[in-house]
Amino acid sequence: MADTAPSRSRDLDKLLLRAGNLVGPTFEPGAELRDDLQEYARILVVGAGGLGCELLKDLALSGFKNLEVIDMDRIEVSNLNRQFLFRMEDVGKPKAEVAAKRVMERVSGVNIVPHFCRIEDKDISFYNDFNIIVLGLDSIEARSYINAVACSFLEYETDDKPREETIKPMVDGGTEGFKGHARVIIPGVTPCFECTIWLFPPQVKFPLCTLAETPRTAAHCIEYAHLIKWDEVHSGKSFDPDDPEHMQWVYSEAVKRAELFGIPGVTYSLTQGVVKNIIPAIASTNAIISAACALETLKIASGCSKTLSNYLTYNGVAGLHIKVTEFVKDKDCLVCGPGVLIELDTLVTLEKFINLLEEHPKLQLAKASVTYRGKNLYMQAPPVLEEMTRSNLSLPLYDLMDKVAKDILHVTGVTGQSDKKTSCLRKLRVVFRGVDGVTDMDMAGGA
Amino acid sequence: MIRLFKVKEKQKEDAENNTGGTPVKKQCAGELRLHKDITELNLPEACKISFPNGQDDLMNFEVSIKPDEGYYQNGTFVFSFEVPPIYPHDAPKVKCKTKVYHPNIDLEGNVCLNVLREDWKPVLNINTIIYGLYHLFTEPNHEDPLNHDAAELLRDSPACLETNVRMALQGGYIGDEYFEPVM
Repeated sequence: MADTAPSRSRDLDKLLLRAGNLVGPTFEPGAELRDDLQEYARILVVGAGGLGCELLKDLALSGFKNLEVIDMDRIEVSNLNRQFLFRMEDVGKPKAEVAAKRVMERVSGVNIVPHFCRIEDKDISFYNDFNIIVLGLDSIEARSYINAVACSFLEYETDDKPREETIKPMVDGGTEGFKGHARVIIPGVTPCFECTIWLFPPQVKFPLCTLAETPRTAAHCIEYAHLIKWDEVHSGKSFDPDDPEHMQWVYSEAVKRAELFGIPGVTYSLTQGVVKNIIPAIASTNAIISAACALETLKIASGCSKTLSNYLTYNGVAGLHIKVTEFVKDKDCLVCGPGVLIELDTLVTLEKFINLLEEHPKLQLAKASVTYRGKNLYMQAPPVLEEMTRSNLSLPLYDLMDKVAKDILHVTGVTGQSDKKTSCLRKLRVVFRGVDGVTDMDMAGGA
Repeated sequence: MIRLFKVKEKQKEDAENNTGGTPVKKQCAGELRLHKDITELNLPEACKISFPNGQDDLMNFEVSIKPDEGYYQNGTFVFSFEVPPIYPHDAPKVKCKTKVYHPNIDLEGNVCLNVLREDWKPVLNINTIIYGLYHLFTEPNHEDPLNHDAAELLRDSPACLETNVRMALQGGYIGDEYFEPVM
């Protein structure tokens, strides 16, 4: 290989073709690894905004050839300073499509499939086609959704070890101004997004009465127009933050309010910032976080190094501070945890099942309410729901679960001795005996 | 971390038997936590919960409150609850559907209750909010005004507020505003 001209993968080869001391446990260096990575690794980038543009470029230049990108937004003028794949003439076009096209023009051999839609619009199976999902998102909701989807593919062995081939790794990037994070989520192995969701600080929300009576800041005036005045004037019509006319109306009402109280500082961009909760984005923060995410993606895919463990924070506000923190898993996490394995006959009624939960040595769960994929099979309380769900008690659970061989369901109930009873919410892995599709291995554990 | 050779085999396998997974409805973590909150509700006699969209939509429900003491005794007030998917990180959106003459509730149904906005914490639950709402009727306060006139009256001459409230509950005008009877 020495006689060829420096190839495009020269730097990558240094990582992939040589053995090392810091490599991951599965690393097998060689040209085959490099070629397989290009041919087989399929990566989804969620979001084609500030981080998404950087991620697509970084991943394409890191040798990944099968990329897809999903984003529901169209390009706006205010994106152009940092979302460098977009030009003035692209304003109004879907971000995913333009981003895919631009990277393919610049990096030969890479194929990027764009998806211009909401993440919820895709079937869950769409997400299962990828080896790694990389997130460049700006909301907790969207992260929580993708995390739940990725964790839904996860299956556990009877000894509660995750099944390797069902693990869908995620790399999550996020930036706010000069701050950012990069995070590796290997469901079943490292904490998932939901394990640590409580770490997010609550959003600042002003008391409504302050807005209505004693505004002191420009933000108070804006929130008054947005939350109180809008409903007063437009009865029934909901406010759309993406409609410029709506935003303009809120802005002009906020200006009036600010004049009334002698408060300076209401501008159109502040109005957008307050209403949409926007924090100014910094191009270099995106570049740094994206680089960290792309590298982690390469490490997960190739094993060429141990991955970040597992949460990197970056702060460039004053000087530079980077720290890696190891978050820990919530063993009872409803989203990524194994849940308690329960094996049942197909004839067991819901009522009998609820009684079994009380006797189950691991659970000892009394007064259980049962929910299955959004269907509330039985609710102990309140009385109105108990009455609505009571008729299910005499039906076989197998029928209520649409006759699937095995699936997850959730129960809430009371556990513990009489002196200290605590309520709890538990995830269960229910397996039905003797139903097609259940392998011998699934059967082994329950016995 | 992922073994690419396994990936290769799996892709071949998938291509061969093309096993489409069962289409599934996603249940978000917020919905599960809410499920727990709902089964653990411990409401005062005066509060009733209902689920207009049936037993499988817990994220949207209504609570009616019929205070058994105070200015608002025997009126019935209905609140709509809209619970976000990332509950309990974010509080539910609560609106009063019944037009009410109240210092802390405006005529559009906005409610000034600290646990709904600035003091919401994920450790709180639906029960906390319902008790908070109930409390607004037994002890309205003039320090968090959303209905300016009513709040002033409560501060300066509570007896006048009481008269107005009783009038509004039976149906009638307070100033220019008409209130439907709620008793």
